[in-house]
Amino acid sequence: MKNRKVNNNSKNIFVFALLIAFALFFIIPFLWILSTSLKGDEQIFTIPPQWIPETLHWDNYAKVFERIPFLLYIKNSVIITVTVIIGTVLSSSIVAYAFACLDWPGKNVLFVIVLASMMLPAQVIMIPVFVIFKELGWLNSFKPLTIPAFFGGGAFNIFLLRQFFLSIPKSLIDSARIDGCSEFRIYWNIVLPNAKPALATVAILTFMFSWNDFLGPLIYLSDQAKGTIALGLGMFVGQYVTEWSLLMAASMLMMLPVLIIFFVFQKYFIQGFVMSGLKD
Amino acid sequence: MMPWFIGFLIFGLYPMIMSAYYSLCRYDVLRIPQFIGFGNYQKLFFEDPYFWTSIYNTLVYTILRVPLCIAGSLLLAVLVNNAVKGVKFFRTVYFIPSIVTGVVLSVVWLWMFNPQFGLINSFLAYFGIPGPLWLLDPNWSKPSMVLMSVWSIGGGRMLVFLAALQGVPKHLYEAVEIDGGGWWTKFKNVTIPMLSPVIFLWTVLEIIFSLQVFVEAYIMTQGGPLNSTMFYNLYLYNKAFNDFEMGYASALAWILLVITLLITLIQFRLSKSWVYYESSK
Repeated sequence: MKNRKVNNNSKNIFVFALLIAFALFFIIPFLWILSTSLKGDEQIFTIPPQWIPETLHWDNYAKVFERIPFLLYIKNSVIITVTVIIGTVLSSSIVAYAFACLDWPGKNVLFVIVLASMMLPAQVIMIPVFVIFKELGWLNSFKPLTIPAFFGGGAFNIFLLRQFFLSIPKSLIDSARIDGCSEFRIYWNIVLPNAKPALATVAILTFMFSWNDFLGPLIYLSDQAKGTIALGLGMFVGQYVTEWSLLMAASMLMMLPVLIIFFVFQKYFIQGFVMSGLKD
Repeated sequence: MMPWFIGFLIFGLYPMIMSAYYSLCRYDVLRIPQFIGFGNYQKLFFEDPYFWTSIYNTLVYTILRVPLCIAGSLLLAVLVNNAVKGVKFFRTVYFIPSIVTGVVLSVVWLWMFNPQFGLINSFLAYFGIPGPLWLLDPNWSKPSMVLMSVWSIGGGRMLVFLAALQGVPKHLYEAVEIDGGGWWTKFKNVTIPMLSPVIFLWTVLEIIFSLQVFVEAYIMTQGGPLNSTMFYNLYLYNKAFNDFEMGYASALAWILLVITLLITLIQFRLSKSWVYYESSK
């Protein structure tokens, strides 16, 4: 019995050591980014590296805004991201409602098609969609990035919301129907308020996608004044590849809203990630 | 419902059909598509060495990345499944890199991999080990990107496996203990079989994701050095939006679709021999 306890203790110490080692592996790069973002030029190129710079160059953050139109990029990104979130949440929840709470012919076949479309590489439709937007004269505007969100809002989101809507008690919906509620009122006043966790998850997934999207802006926004923060950072690397302190400061600024949303909505954030794989 | 249906036609079905058609055309966006049959495909397979380079690079990247991601995050999940004090804190810490994606991830790791002043080589130098040139060395560029990717999603995938681990009945482990089996026996004979459906699903998804790698290469290396990170989607992008060979790029997209479907299909076939579904027993 005593032996087992000793064994357990040494096992716990071993586990703890491993836990700390991996924590360092995952966290140190963040400290490194923060540290670099506060360094002056002469402190960056030192061997071995300084972790805490002697003078903290907070002005690096101000310089980012002088060097590139960063404020404008933030504004553009916010406009696009907010529009896409509204469009996605609205349209994917309407479609999910139709799949979960209504009966109509061809429903099941169409649902299978929705699921199958998740597997398709986006590249297959990328070029014809580009051609459509070009014909519409939408190139170099936010429309190609925002308008599609209002038409369906993505197969995965539809799937996620449908599963959640199915778990809402049928009696709630049925009794509203008997009382003469319109389908829209049922959707708006009964289903949506009961699905807040799922809607939050969809909103966060959409935020992450839209805020970080690089390929979309790269293809559609050639005018510098239309650029997003992701595009701006991407171009910044190309132009100022040795100004690491400014690049890290800009990276910190782009990461900050994501970090805040992560800490505030941790539960939904993690839920969304576990279900979708989020990145890639 | 109607707007969605219209949206599905405009942004889904119609582009699929047009993409197949463009792949049989010479098309530079400015003039109307000119039908050339299977000319693009013929050129791809027999006259374009970069096509094969990009396939080779993408496959190597996938083969390196997928097993490492799956095995690494599975082992991490086993680690944080231990009932140790503060383990919840560690789970959160491991997850945080998962929120760093795309451009930021690439920019940050470009600096991490800097051969002279980057964090990794500084760390190695501390132990007297001369680090490689990482992204600047054609032999190291792909492993570098794999390492970065493992850092950025290991913790996220860990949570997926952790959720599955917590559903494994305790008595199965106790049975192994009674037989005198240790940690490894438990892992091999209980954890792996019980988690095999989840492992299978994420292997399928992870391969699909790996075949799509783009932003990292675009930002960090532009396909270099010596085309060692010229991945399939980067090549496709260059063909479509630098050279405006839209027909050629559409053919590339369809080949990617076929490759993805084939690999997925093969995996479903193979899965019958190793994936264990409790209900079908």
